[in-house]
Amino acid sequence: MKASYVIIGAGISGCSIAYNLAKKGVKDIIVVEKHYLTAGATGRCGAGVRQQWGTEMNCRLAKASIDFFSIAKDELGYQGDIEFKQEGYLIVAVNEEEDKQFAKNVILQNSLGIPSRKITKEEAKEIVPHLNTDVILSATFCPTDGHLNPFTMTDAYYQAAKRLGVTFLFREEVKSIVVKNDKIEKVITTNHEIHTSNVINAAGGYAKEIGDMVNVAIPVYAERHEILVTEPVEKIQGPMVMSFGMNIYCQQVPHGSFLMGRSNPFEKPSHNIESSWQFLDEMAKTVCTLLPPIGNLRVIRQWAGSYNMSPDRQPIIGTTDLPGFYVACGFSGHGFMFAPMTGLLLSEIILGEPLTIDITDLHIDRFKTARDIVIEKSVV
Amino acid sequence: MSKKDIIICRCEDVTLEEIHQLLERGYTNIEELKRLLRVGMGPCQGTTCMQLIQREVSKFLNIPIEEVKTQKVRPLTMGVKLNAIKEGACDES
Ligand SMILES: Cc1cc2nc3c(=O)[nH]c(=O)nc-3n(C[C@H](O)[C@H](O)[C@H](O)COP(=O)(O)OP(=O)(O)OC[C@H]3O[C@@H](n4cnc5c(N)ncnc54)[C@H](O)[C@@H]3O)c2cc1C
Repeated sequence: MKASYVIIGAGISGCSIAYNLAKKGVKDIIVVEKHYLTAGATGRCGAGVRQQWGTEMNCRLAKASIDFFSIAKDELGYQGDIEFKQEGYLIVAVNEEEDKQFAKNVILQNSLGIPSRKITKEEAKEIVPHLNTDVILSATFCPTDGHLNPFTMTDAYYQAAKRLGVTFLFREEVKSIVVKNDKIEKVITTNHEIHTSNVINAAGGYAKEIGDMVNVAIPVYAERHEILVTEPVEKIQGPMVMSFGMNIYCQQVPHGSFLMGRSNPFEKPSHNIESSWQFLDEMAKTVCTLLPPIGNLRVIRQWAGSYNMSPDRQPIIGTTDLPGFYVACGFSGHGFMFAPMTGLLLSEIILGEPLTIDITDLHIDRFKTARDIVIEKSVV
Repeated sequence: MSKKDIIICRCEDVTLEEIHQLLERGYTNIEELKRLLRVGMGPCQGTTCMQLIQREVSKFLNIPIEEVKTQKVRPLTMGVKLNAIKEGACDES
């Protein structure tokens, strides 16, 4: 088999990259996926999309991606429903430090054209009536943030890429990559040998292991994050409610169920994605404090997935020291919402086109130098 | 009886016709069917529908039913109110 580009991973990043490259006229692209479409973090995520970030880079990537999500169904010619819901994110401040930081974030966001605003807790209660305002100081709200169905959104990219001629190999694992004299020769999978000079690493939680196959050290690791879903009920909550301080995000999806998650600050790097009762306990305590009536809902199911963590909690997108080896990883828990830009920008980098957004700062080389890295703090 | 009227997943109201449509489009893995149709995502967690779906996949791919892998079984086995979990957690500590 031969390919111009081999993309490893059929999560939303790999599918978006495949679609964007193919749309720009690249032929003979092969995507290799060891399980099935959305088997990795993509099919396990909260699928919230927000523009309320603390760094300029994340704000820009998120805004441009949301602009794409709003036209994605037509752009990708998708028959199904991507369930794009734009009813905002309500991010609550639970201490003075957050209150001050959020005021600064809103100034930054507004300067980039993001319509977020700082609001009082009374105003927050008007937006989410079941919010317990005794535990918050203030909030910020951005009405154009939202949520999508991660399965159908990825399927939309997948279908469009297939129509443009991309080949997908499912249930096939990349085992090794043969490099000679600093040049990629072939990718060896469980079923094929694919001759190619270009490999794109979109392997999510396994991005480091793929880098190791070609001796490119990628400073990322996998970390388990858990999530649960309740029984569906009538619509009572429009926006995603989020708190960094209380460590929770909670959203009612169009289907009617509530999705909620939080991080475990003691989680160690690993590929473990089993569910734990500890998460269930902590999640129940947190949600019952911040959104008390949600306590009346039954939990139907819990699961987990891997965040691919980078040192500054920002993505790593671009070329590497090995010619023909590209990376799109390290999304640190927010790679779903950036995927439209991940695909567009990486395809521009690969084809040497001018960049829609300057992402030089997301290059892997940023970790080589000891200069100050900007850490994104607005994460759960 | 029309395939449209045969309900396979009672929790999420998914018909035999919808299952067949996705099989035709190449989604023959139960995890994929689950993600795209929500089969097995409801309160019964697939205890009612999964065997029926396994049989459909087996017929479609013409392979023995034992070779059709079912979905990953996830907690909880029964819906429990968040309040009850919270109270349990607080009592213990
Ligand atoms: C619980 C949870 C909640 C989240 N909530 C959000 C959210 O609200 N908003 C948001 O934007 N992001 C969220 N995220 C993060 C988001 O899911 C990820 O950043 C995003 O899905 C990454 O997509 P990806 O395509 O890069 O990686 P993945 O979806 O992980 O895809 C990588 C794929 O590569 C495959 N693969 C790996 N190794 C190999 C190999 N050797 N050969 C072949 N294939 C291989 C895997 O099987 C996998 O399918 C959340 C994540 C989790 C776990």
